[in-house]
Amino acid sequence: MAVAHGIASGIGGIRAAGDLVARMQVSRGMRIKEAKEYVAGCLRISVEDIADPVVMSELREDLDIGRVNAVPGAAKGIDAKFRIAELLDIKINCVNKFRERTGL
Amino acid sequence: MGKYVTRMGDGFKVELTESEINRDIEEGSQEAAKNGQIAPLNQDESLYLLEIFKCPDRSVGVERGKEVVLSYDSGTTKFKRVNVSVSKIQSLQIYERMLGADTLELAHIDYSFKPVKPIVVFEQPILEQALLMTIPPLFYGAMPNLGLYSQPDGPCPNPGDLLPKGKIAEARASYEEQIEHAIKDMVYVGTRMYEAGADGINFDTTAAAGDAEFLATLQAIKILKTKYPEICIQMGMAAEFVLGMHGELYYENVRLAGLYPHKQLELAEKAGVTIFGPTTNIVTNRSLPWNVARAVTFTKACTEMARIPVHACMGMGVGGVPLTLSPPVDALSRASKAMVEISRLDGL
Repeated sequence: MAVAHGIASGIGGIRAAGDLVARMQVSRGMRIKEAKEYVAGCLRISVEDIADPVVMSELREDLDIGRVNAVPGAAKGIDAKFRIAELLDIKINCVNKFRERTGL
Repeated sequence: MGKYVTRMGDGFKVELTESEINRDIEEGSQEAAKNGQIAPLNQDESLYLLEIFKCPDRSVGVERGKEVVLSYDSGTTKFKRVNVSVSKIQSLQIYERMLGADTLELAHIDYSFKPVKPIVVFEQPILEQALLMTIPPLFYGAMPNLGLYSQPDGPCPNPGDLLPKGKIAEARASYEEQIEHAIKDMVYVGTRMYEAGADGINFDTTAAAGDAEFLATLQAIKILKTKYPEICIQMGMAAEFVLGMHGELYYENVRLAGLYPHKQLELAEKAGVTIFGPTTNIVTNRSLPWNVARAVTFTKACTEMARIPVHACMGMGVGGVPLTLSPPVDALSRASKAMVEISRLDGL
């Protein structure tokens, strides 16, 4: 069912910029249009490219904000979220907790 | 006249003519409009829905640029249900890296706040570790499930035993006591998981036990939101209609019994909900054109007035998806497209 919904209407998560649009809904309560425009602005791409896995794969690699394939040395979790918080100018709960725990 | 293959609400195939599909769309929309006292689909929207059901393709999808955010209630338990032997963290990685999930949700197999309470110390480190390894927003989810607070499962007298005996006052008193217990559990678990780093808490299948459960959830959310102003709260509903099991419960001076989705949304916003999930139940002996038209009409009334993102519940048996364990792609993709494009969803 998750696959069928994903193909029919999903942005594609970290294959594209779905997680980033979701971040704006989660952290700022933005509706979909506003969230997509905000993310597109931060990434300097068109709103249409948000769901494009080819455009986003290259961009995610350049920004090192995590992507599907396991590439040595590339961000894969909390390290990607540190950059995403900065890129989108938002607070991410676990990033703040990580800072507190490590004294960063 | 040619016929088009579609399905009934239980998923079984049925062949309908164009006029039969048109009739079902009209009737489904009117049924929602009459019950919810909202606008039915207009002519353009009904025609668009007709085209979706006339399309011979096996699967359909939204137009480019209209994609939405997908959230997943009871995320990690889905793997357990189908007996796939992976850990919760592995489940989340599969959602993230193989299913293209926009958000993730960690959950206990006994998916209610009450049973999570005694094992929350085991859930917290799993969440902490998962947060180190994943990228999308990660929720912790559970159901308010007020049914667990009455005998024999809980401490309070069972209203199901009291009501048939005419003990209405006693049944109402039991519900009111259950509300207090449920609020404590929801706030406790929500607090612990947010303190462990969760991006948000998902209150799934809210109001399944009726107005008392809805009130308990709204009050728990208000407490959490006051405690943590930046917490994301997702609230998915159990049904399009709040059952008046108590009948005299109010939130912000609004009687909870009998509320339809757009009225549920208003109270959710007042309580501090960040993402609202309206639900429209499937009627199994009506066709999918009837069911989808009904779901789209109810949901559209929400999205038109919402100030927060609306993620419609679209699992088995809700939101125009047939009530069957393996929903057919032809049916599910049509419901997905119709709900996103006509209702103008922010997610599902």
